[in-house]
Amino acid sequence: MTKSFAPGMKIQSFPLMISEKLKSYKFWFVFTPYFWLVLFFFIPLALIFKISISIAEWGMPPYKDLFEFTENGFQINATLNNYIFVFSDFYYFKSYLNSLSLAFTSTLICLVIGFPIAFYVAKSSERVRNIMLIFLIIPFWTSFLLRVYAWKVLLQGNGLINSLLIKFGIIDNPLPLLHNHYAVILGVVYTYLPFMILPLYGYLVKFDLNLIDAAYDLGAKPIKAFFKVILPLSLPGIVAGSMLVFIPVVGEFVIPEMLGGSDRLYFGKMIWEEFFQNRDWPIASALAMSGILFLVVPILIFQKQYEKYNLK
Amino acid sequence: MSSNEDFLIIDNISKRFDDVVALDKVSVKIKRSELFSLLGSSGCGKSTLLRIIAGFEKPDEGRIILDGQDITDLPPYLRPLNIMFQNYALFPHLNVYKNIEFGLKEEKLEKNLIEERINEALTLLELSALQKRKINEISGGQQQRVALARCLVKKPKLLLLDEPLAALDKKLRIQTQFELVNLQFKLGITFIIVTHDQEEAMSLSDRMAVMQQGNILQIGTPVEVYETPGNEYIANFIGTANIFEVNKNQDSKLYSSTLNAFINSAKAIPTNKFLLRPEKIEISKFKEGEEKTQTNKCIGTVKEIAYLGSYTKYLIKTDKATFYVFQQNKFFTENLNIKWDDKVICSWNENSIFPIND
Amino acid sequence: MIKNLNFLKIGLLSFGFMFLYFPIFTLVFYSFNDSERVMVWTSFSFRWYSELFHNEQILEAFYTSLKVAFLSASFATLIGVMVGYSLARIKYIPFRIFFIFIGTSPLVMPEIILGLSFLLFFITTNNLIGFPSSKGFLTVLISHITFSIAFVGVIIQARLSSFDKNIEEAAQDLGAMPNKVFWKITAPVILPSIVSGWLLSFTLSLDDLVVASFTNGPGANTLPIVVFSKVRLGLSPEVNALSAIVLLVVMSAALIFYFANKKSNIQK
Repeated sequence: MTKSFAPGMKIQSFPLMISEKLKSYKFWFVFTPYFWLVLFFFIPLALIFKISISIAEWGMPPYKDLFEFTENGFQINATLNNYIFVFSDFYYFKSYLNSLSLAFTSTLICLVIGFPIAFYVAKSSERVRNIMLIFLIIPFWTSFLLRVYAWKVLLQGNGLINSLLIKFGIIDNPLPLLHNHYAVILGVVYTYLPFMILPLYGYLVKFDLNLIDAAYDLGAKPIKAFFKVILPLSLPGIVAGSMLVFIPVVGEFVIPEMLGGSDRLYFGKMIWEEFFQNRDWPIASALAMSGILFLVVPILIFQKQYEKYNLK
Repeated sequence: MSSNEDFLIIDNISKRFDDVVALDKVSVKIKRSELFSLLGSSGCGKSTLLRIIAGFEKPDEGRIILDGQDITDLPPYLRPLNIMFQNYALFPHLNVYKNIEFGLKEEKLEKNLIEERINEALTLLELSALQKRKINEISGGQQQRVALARCLVKKPKLLLLDEPLAALDKKLRIQTQFELVNLQFKLGITFIIVTHDQEEAMSLSDRMAVMQQGNILQIGTPVEVYETPGNEYIANFIGTANIFEVNKNQDSKLYSSTLNAFINSAKAIPTNKFLLRPEKIEISKFKEGEEKTQTNKCIGTVKEIAYLGSYTKYLIKTDKATFYVFQQNKFFTENLNIKWDDKVICSWNENSIFPIND
Repeated sequence: MIKNLNFLKIGLLSFGFMFLYFPIFTLVFYSFNDSERVMVWTSFSFRWYSELFHNEQILEAFYTSLKVAFLSASFATLIGVMVGYSLARIKYIPFRIFFIFIGTSPLVMPEIILGLSFLLFFITTNNLIGFPSSKGFLTVLISHITFSIAFVGVIIQARLSSFDKNIEEAAQDLGAMPNKVFWKITAPVILPSIVSGWLLSFTLSLDDLVVASFTNGPGANTLPIVVFSKVRLGLSPEVNALSAIVLLVVMSAALIFYFANKKSNIQK
């Protein structure tokens, strides 16, 4: 790739006339997001970190100040106890595992259902494609809360599904469809399916269909062609969609709350409880922080694939 | 290079897309080891026909029979033919070697045999040094050779090529033309080339089919199609055509009013229209004393000159007609004899007149 | 064999679309049930729709949500366009990797962590400088803007990446200063994406429960918060009616969008 210097583009070298710089839209385009996001996104995250190493205390805020001036002079009240506690107590770890397993399972299901749909929509003629996209987007625009609630209506003891099954004499007593682990998976897949399909579709639509024809022509049967050509070349799209489902689901709180049972505790609920019920902000922060830590790798994968995705 | 055997029979193939007729009862018989071209401008149906032969489209009517086998209902991966796509369709995630290997893996041959065939192809197409390279690291011309190698290792009975020279620059095009012809001759594989470039078709083919709007207008050797085109469209499509009208005058002699000349033709002109190719017209400076109306001779003015090195194109104008004359520059002259606005005499032979249909 | 594939294709697509729509249609169905007990069908009526329109709590929350969503979408789109453009077109960004991180990771960060971070932030700033004095409209708004920026940024960046840079370079070659190039050439092209980004941010804000729960305060209840409290433990007929209305609005908007698109395509 050769660098091109378009006339008018300023090479960043100091000193530059400040007034000129301020007039340049490029300056504001970089500065404004930096200002807002550092202030309202990065610093809050840093705060979580700060509180996660603070010592719990009664009162508001329920933790000791990090830097304190006492009779003995300057004191730093930092501790790693919160982390030690979080990592050593199996209770927390189990909740994290539950959320991880939920995220894995639902991402996989979303992929299996979503890939064919995204693929066929991408392969369709433009007219058909647009219609299908509209139908895919409508659930996406509809409130997710309402959609999860809909499953409650369906799965309850006296919900639609049970009522129908009893009515048709298939079962005598209602099935406990709700308030269990499977209902949660169903709810998650239902909610996050568009998050898998849309980025996948966005990537597949640029797929060179000739490559599939070439594979057929060279003797590969459809299944072989899929695994040897389509799948490998769709990978950036698959990763993008998967990350968009996996990462948020790890911290998912609402769906387990509405559809899940008390048998399983999920990571998001854990943080919520520690914060609102136990009022133990340092622990909650430590939990959140360790969550971020474990998600750093997937987030980095996502951002790497995101660059790849956009390069095509 | 051709035997009398009909190797590929395209029998009454029709195809519609919605209400557009892409192919209308198209029939062609192609001989074994022939290099055959489908020539036509875009929308004529040549690409559709190619895709039907390859198996990516199903015809609404008609059969395709290859070497005695009816392949019409076979999916593409079961047909003993291969296609080289216009954009090559090389697999970006595989290197050169693996691209070529792809088709062979499906055939379940012995490992040694596979290696042998690939090396054969690599050598034949001079790709050995590039085997490990990624597709995006090689040039367009090299990519084409990989696409070709990928097909050839499967030893297909028939090779389809979709606009093989379109993406190449002029020098490379000429070189590739020769290479393709040589390759085909060497291997004896039947080739079908789809192209919109009539020069390409003429230089490569043993025989060609000229297509328009889903129909085949004429099938013949390049000479036949050029010298004896089936109608005015074909005459204009292939090379440059000068078409003139004649009527019989009082003495039953053929006369062209636009040229102001009598026409003496070796062949009868039933449609009162004839074709006279530009290279068959002699041109020389007008000398005083020439008669105005002669037979197979006319007087005109030079309106445009395009000097192309080996020959010169002249655009000649009479009172009512404009036509082209191409003259070889047999002798080197410091100042070209004929200049703009010169008055000239154009003459031609009675055998050069070809009666043309509408 | 190819015929079988066709059946598979149609079957899979139908299954997918049925799966997406069946639950929502169920809600619409039950919204017309006169009975208070949702699952016991008594008679067809619009009762719950009128109850819905008389429910002060829901109406107030709705207006609040609407206001927040509108403002949030507008500001988020503004800043999001800057992010998207910067990533796609500006060669030198100081600490580029950090910029990418803060610009895109809100997209994938779990909401509960986001919510927690916002809450802690506002409490801390309140302690330090006394602002904001109490959580409410402003805090919800700021948090919504913040996480929406990434979504808009992604959309804009994707659009710009696939847009031929040569056109902008041609404009510069013809004498247009970079500022002008942006306003006259780039902006019109990305306008549809800007609209999409705005709509997306609007929806995200309107629909947000978790972050709002952390950052809202008395008098600033958003609609999702009210709905959640109603359905957390059981079924609610008003919510059924609400769902039907939401679906209607979304479908109408989608249809308008579709036909508007069609029209503009024909005009092209």
